[in-house]
Amino acid sequence: MINITYTSAKPHKKNECRIIKLSIFAAHKTINNMSIDIENQIAELQKKVGKLEKGTKDQLSMVVFSGDLDKILAAMIISTGAVAYDMKVKLFFTFWATAALRDPKKKVSGKNLISKMFGMMLPKGKNKLKLSKMHMMGMGSAMMKGLMKKKNVASLDEMFKIAGELGVEINICEMSMDLMGFKKEEMMDYPHMNICGVATFLADASESKIQLFI
Amino acid sequence: MNSEELKNITASQIVDARGTACPGPLLAAKKAIGDIESGEVMEILSSDEGTKHDIPRWCEKMEHDFLGIVEEDSYTRLFLKKA
Repeated sequence: MINITYTSAKPHKKNECRIIKLSIFAAHKTINNMSIDIENQIAELQKKVGKLEKGTKDQLSMVVFSGDLDKILAAMIISTGAVAYDMKVKLFFTFWATAALRDPKKKVSGKNLISKMFGMMLPKGKNKLKLSKMHMMGMGSAMMKGLMKKKNVASLDEMFKIAGELGVEINICEMSMDLMGFKKEEMMDYPHMNICGVATFLADASESKIQLFI
Repeated sequence: MNSEELKNITASQIVDARGTACPGPLLAAKKAIGDIESGEVMEILSSDEGTKHDIPRWCEKMEHDFLGIVEEDSYTRLFLKKA
């Protein structure tokens, strides 16, 4: 730091004047340097904060892989709950889960034999899903649906409707649809539905605070 | 706040989410909080046991001021002040 020595009230010696002038000059220079340093540090921090903000958003990305009634219900409850936390929610429906998004009322033609077989054997839409455990040839799943009604748990139909209203995004894996022979035209009506590939999921997941696989 | 104090509060908004299960009350609260101004009090009625834990946690994260709970016979009244 700078020490200004002032020996007498009226400096009559030239040397003392010079010392004072030099000291003030040095102080100025130090303060200037300090402020430039602080400015640089602030710029550096702003850059880092910007990067962080861009890096992870308040967003939830979920891979919905399973086509089971219970697991899709869990996925939908977590998704709608996340919206209450002001999170953006992006679901990536892949493999068995894509069958749950079919609309049983929509018919498409021009499928080959294997696609037709897949179409017949997989559940036609969310109301035909089975429990992952205790399905018991339909008895278990029917009982679960009855219980859900009794305990006021929203049905899958209601959950998808709520999710649509809340802006939960559903991305369907194009490759899974292609493998199972599902067409875009037979998918249910949902306000925020896209067909995409793994790159979309990875891009979404990489900027999400929460990533889940169900 | 104790339950006597809470009972004397008049909320700007009362959300009746009784009869809905998780995540019904939370979604109802989220929907209704948009309709009130900062500093106003909202009351949530819920018959779902989990709500008692969910709403205070939600308030913590969303920075609303959770005021407390009043237990009624078959439901719970939850009070919060919007941030």
